Amino acid sequence: MTSQHAAGNEPGSEEDQRGNLHWYWRGVIAAVSLPAIILGASFVGFAALALEAGVTMAQALFMTAFVWALPSKVVLVGAIMAGNGILAAAFAVALSAVRLTPMVVALVPELRAPSTRPWVLYFLSHFVAVTSWVLALQTLRDVPRERRTVYYGGLGSTLILINMCVVTAVYLVARDLPPIASAALLLITPLYFLTSLWGSAREQAGHVAMVLGLIMGPLVHLVWPAASLLATGVIAGLGAYGWHVWKRRAA
Amino acid sequence: MTFEAFDAWWWPYLFILIAGALATDTWRFLGVYLAGGISEDSDLLVLVRCVATALVAAVIANLIVFPSGALAETHAALRIGAALSGFAGYFLFRRSVLMSIVVAEAVLLTGMFLL
Repeated sequence: MTSQHAAGNEPGSEEDQRGNLHWYWRGVIAAVSLPAIILGASFVGFAALALEAGVTMAQALFMTAFVWALPSKVVLVGAIMAGNGILAAAFAVALSAVRLTPMVVALVPELRAPSTRPWVLYFLSHFVAVTSWVLALQTLRDVPRERRTVYYGGLGSTLILINMCVVTAVYLVARDLPPIASAALLLITPLYFLTSLWGSAREQAGHVAMVLGLIMGPLVHLVWPAASLLATGVIAGLGAYGWHVWKRRAA
Repeated sequence: MTFEAFDAWWWPYLFILIAGALATDTWRFLGVYLAGGISEDSDLLVLVRCVATALVAAVIANLIVFPSGALAETHAALRIGAALSGFAGYFLFRRSVLMSIVVAEAVLLTGMFLL
């Protein structure tokens, strides 16, 4: 599917004439989407968890802006609740965030133009988390290449801003969520990740990787909890890639 | 040195910066660095996407099988059943992310009321 699309299908020159501000705004608009609402609902669950852990509103907002990736924040709050030291907490968060590296590697070639300066890419990489990554992979092809960094800047910063508002709202309003409501909210994140990840797969191998990862993740966690994500990613990812190569040879 | 180790106002923020921001942004920056030499059509990107996808899939499965907070109080079979019904709902309702969540929540809440 990728190869047909990648071959020089750049949008028309009329769109190209529009300035950076226009494309930044288009990124902002793209962020206000159903995935953003679902992510916002997941952030209600996160804010409730942070509140329970004794994290203040200012600290929770700081976390949202500077850590951003939701699974990593959940791990960080979990470490705070468990009374872990700073090194143990950093180690746990780092393990949960290894997945960001391949996500960024996959995104950067679509994001950069020949004239893009490296610091822009380093800065924009902070916005990478599941939702902005999925939205970017789905919509970047319709953006002229020279405007993609500006567009992604609008998309990523708006998603962070929306969820900082969500965290504020939860701290101001919902001091005591009934357990059944927080359980319902906590189920939204994995389910949203599940379907959006399936929808964003470029090739069939992505679906193979996903099914293998879903099955292996909890099983590896039972045997080797400290490195379960990394081990699952490498083994299931290599397996899916092997399937991709084998299928191409057979065809 | 825990989150509440020092009474200074800035300590929790330093804790978040080191244990949170540094621990995540390092991987993002490494990604930008590694992407330097890879072209968009490279077959290596298929492998990278497979690994990234499998990692996120493992995060998803662990959130459902080993959850935190109030969700941890529910039965594992109920959570997995709810997630599977939601995934089935996704395909049943023409790949609607919203409907998959509605179906999964309906199964979870019904289960929580009945059990």
